Amino acid sequence: MSILINKNTKVLVQGITGRDGSFHTSKMKAYGTNVVAGVSPGKGGQLMDGIPVYNTVEDAVKATGADTSIIFVPAPLAGDAILEASEAGIDLVICISEGVPTLDMVKATNYLKKKGTKLIGANCPGLITPGESMIGILPVDIFKKGNVGLMSRSGTLTYLMVSLLTNSGLGQSTCVGIGGDPVAGLYYQELLQMFEDDPQTEVIVLIGEIGGDAEERAAQYIKEHITKPVVAFIAGQTAPVGKRMGHAGAIISSGSGTAAEKIAAFEAIGVPVARRPVELPDLVKKALADRK
Amino acid sequence: MKIHEYQSKEIFSRYSILVTNETVCYSTEEVVKATEELGLPVVVKAQVHAGGRGKAGGVKLARTMEEAKNAAHSILGMDIKGYKVEKVLVAQGVKFNSEFYVGLTIDRNSKSVIFMASSEGGVEIEEVAKDNPDAIHKFVIDPDLGMTAFLARKIAFKLFTDFALVKQAVDLFQKLYQIFLDTDASLVEINPLVVTDDGKLLALDGKMNFDDNALFRQPKIAALDEPTEDEKKEIAAKESGLTYIRLDGTIGCMVNGAGLAMASMDVIKYFGGNPANFLDIGGSSNPQKVITAMNLLLSDKNVKVIMINIFGGITRCDDVAKGLIIALDQMKVDIPIVIRLSGTNAEEGLRIISEHNLPTVNSLSEAAQEAIRLANN
Repeated sequence: MSILINKNTKVLVQGITGRDGSFHTSKMKAYGTNVVAGVSPGKGGQLMDGIPVYNTVEDAVKATGADTSIIFVPAPLAGDAILEASEAGIDLVICISEGVPTLDMVKATNYLKKKGTKLIGANCPGLITPGESMIGILPVDIFKKGNVGLMSRSGTLTYLMVSLLTNSGLGQSTCVGIGGDPVAGLYYQELLQMFEDDPQTEVIVLIGEIGGDAEERAAQYIKEHITKPVVAFIAGQTAPVGKRMGHAGAIISSGSGTAAEKIAAFEAIGVPVARRPVELPDLVKKALADRK
Repeated sequence: MKIHEYQSKEIFSRYSILVTNETVCYSTEEVVKATEELGLPVVVKAQVHAGGRGKAGGVKLARTMEEAKNAAHSILGMDIKGYKVEKVLVAQGVKFNSEFYVGLTIDRNSKSVIFMASSEGGVEIEEVAKDNPDAIHKFVIDPDLGMTAFLARKIAFKLFTDFALVKQAVDLFQKLYQIFLDTDASLVEINPLVVTDDGKLLALDGKMNFDDNALFRQPKIAALDEPTEDEKKEIAAKESGLTYIRLDGTIGCMVNGAGLAMASMDVIKYFGGNPANFLDIGGSSNPQKVITAMNLLLSDKNVKVIMINIFGGITRCDDVAKGLIIALDQMKVDIPIVIRLSGTNAEEGLRIISEHNLPTVNSLSEAAQEAIRLANN
């Protein structure tokens, strides 16, 4: 078991003929991900790395039965691509594109909620169920099958965390990069519940960062609903106030959304927080040992 | 992106929202002339991209011409939170009997635009939120429905009992939501919204921020941008696909990804060092990006050592390595560099680096400690 994706997931790539789309499609395929179709308007009928390309998501879904879509189109077009995937009946949409206008995401998340389509991102690195399927831009070598469920607002920081876990012998059930934008798809609460319900996952790692109050809300949710052990890390402990640190979501405004507040919220409910990335594996091992 | 009060109110005016009669002035002479035209009393207000102008002495009421002159003299050139005041707004004094707060912003939790309204206008809303959160009424706007008349009425009745004011407010709230959508705003705020002596709703102040991701389709808004010197550097970096924020330490950081960049700064601080900057070279990097990044780091004279921390995903480590080698060939770099590469194509990247006899380290902790040691040499 795992969450969201497994070896049976049938993947469609929107923007398969672009530089990033084609490069990462090859990587996904090489990992064993079941990539069944691509979409690139005007390029329907072509083959890309042996994968059939269609003009519309609807055509691709009809022809291949794809149930999951990954989006690599330029940010100004990404909102529309998300809507197109949902309208065509895709169950899970992963949007990699960075810089999508916030109001486009408001419109898209609202529509997807009504259709019952799940979304990850935008501005995210995707997700992986090690040994089965990788849908995103993740460097697959660092992952290993196991029982740690991981979710993160960051991309590359996740890679660092995962490699530390893997090097300590801690494999993962599923790792999800939820993205750093203010308005995004699946967030901590939904994923916490999925990991709680997943028999393979024995411990949950939550990697947050400054800005907003999602971590504080996650802490509240953990207290009320999650019985499995959770370990956290918060990036931006030394970030200055009022500066946007790359992610649109990562900004401390007038003293709220700081790392100190988030760390306090987790520690108050007994969730240990690593102060440096390198401390994470030992905290995870301790959480597993304490549970048994 | 932020704009000034007077620019926000110009946008309000275009949607027939009542604002004060006012003139932007760049000198004391212009303030005198504007005051003559508008008539006393006037309020002279600093126009800077910073909050808390009132507390900083950047807003002054003038009942006489002498007071207007003095206000102009003291406010123009003043420094407010690091921003130099280069222009002031001279606004006609308005008689009013009550003040309110209304604002629209993006709510992460409901993933929608949210309307906020409060009877405690005229003070900093952050303080109301802290001291008396119940005084702020919040309404989530369904993007499919928009600001319906019934929702606008519901909000208006929280603020007003007089139905004539409720009717004006409904019209105003619908216009504000339309402005938010039309301009790709991230914040639209009137604080205070006042009821004038003759029973009209008037925006005494106005504030708007915009979604940087949407500026490509908002050329009129983008044209209003007035970056500071530091921000210009940040914008130039952004155009090359980099996010750069200058800080005041000695360790120049080049990292891919915002979260990893923040975590790298945290680790440097943990070991007692001071990062000179936040620099995220982003994903999908090409060698040119690395060259631009090196130039940025070297242009900061406080930088004593450069720490490069790359975890390849969409960024390929060999691209970073190639860019670095080209950069080092092109420019004179007389400070040490500490390099850590892992992830996509790391082996190839490390091979390129080692061919050029540059030292590499294996972990972030090691990189931070080595950078601190070299910075203190």
